[in-house]
Amino acid sequence: MNIGWYLAVSAIIFCIGAGGVLVRRNPLVILLCLELMLNAANLALVAFSRMWGNEDGQVFALIVMVVAACEVTVGLGLVVAIYRRQLPIDVDELNELQG
Amino acid sequence: MSAVLFFIAAIGAITGAIGVVMLRNPFYSVLALAFHLVSLAALFLLLRAEFVAAAQVIVYAGAVMVLYVFVVAYVGGGEQLASGGVLRVLGPLFGLALAIELCIAMLGAGLKAVNSRGAPFVPGFGSPGSIGQLFLTKFLFPFEIASILLMVAAVGAVVLARRRRGLEPDEQLEQRVGVARPAWTGTMAEAGGIRLALHDEPAPGGEPVGTTAGERSEHEGGW
Repeated sequence: MNIGWYLAVSAIIFCIGAGGVLVRRNPLVILLCLELMLNAANLALVAFSRMWGNEDGQVFALIVMVVAACEVTVGLGLVVAIYRRQLPIDVDELNELQG
Repeated sequence: MSAVLFFIAAIGAITGAIGVVMLRNPFYSVLALAFHLVSLAALFLLLRAEFVAAAQVIVYAGAVMVLYVFVVAYVGGGEQLASGGVLRVLGPLFGLALAIELCIAMLGAGLKAVNSRGAPFVPGFGSPGSIGQLFLTKFLFPFEIASILLMVAAVGAVVLARRRRGLEPDEQLEQRVGVARPAWTGTMAEAGGIRLALHDEPAPGGEPVGTTAGERSEHEGGW
């Protein structure tokens, strides 16, 4: 398959994730949609790495995975903290920084 | 053959992504994301990135998804999708416009290599050995930074999600400790001194707790 096909799939997945971040209200699902966008970027990185025959892009994709894992850890910690304080788990109502 | 595999994996990945966004129950969204990740690992394999595919399955579809499942089970599911009108309509439109724009930008970029199958394959491309060599030579600094970042994130998550005020006050503790029971039997709570506060009031029924130790030893006959 040509590299262009992979890039098209990556673009479609990224846009699904971006639309999901805008539409959904549950912070858990918003984190999932962020994962979708990061994975789409990973796919593009790996496709370009294949295109050049150079492995640097794959190393970049692995670093992106590490950053995504950190983001998920902190985000889920925040969701648990919100749940403990018995606040609504809904990004439309959590619009104030003061607890 | 590779074309067939590509289309199966690509349709799987896009279906999983749509499932994440459309499903109401967050638990099903997590399952759809796991399916999406496995399909994406197949795409990585088609691109000859073996180590990235393995890391994707083990780290993402294994560890991160378990974390998500635990938090969804802890927080609970109920979700109301209907967001305020404007964003609900504009969100999908924005996604569609972005998709069209990205496809035009990438496919019409004039890069000739985009329309090829990529560079000629050399044995060992994307294998764990070569990736590890890159990590320990050319990309040593990002590698160390990544480990520090992981540790900071772990500590931050513990600080964020910890219990703020210690243990909650236990209102039923006195009832559980102060229940009537035969003399000279007890619980570990007496050793901790909690029973001492209750000695003045007689327990409801059974042997009165308020008797002194001397009376009680006569009463029991001593042994």
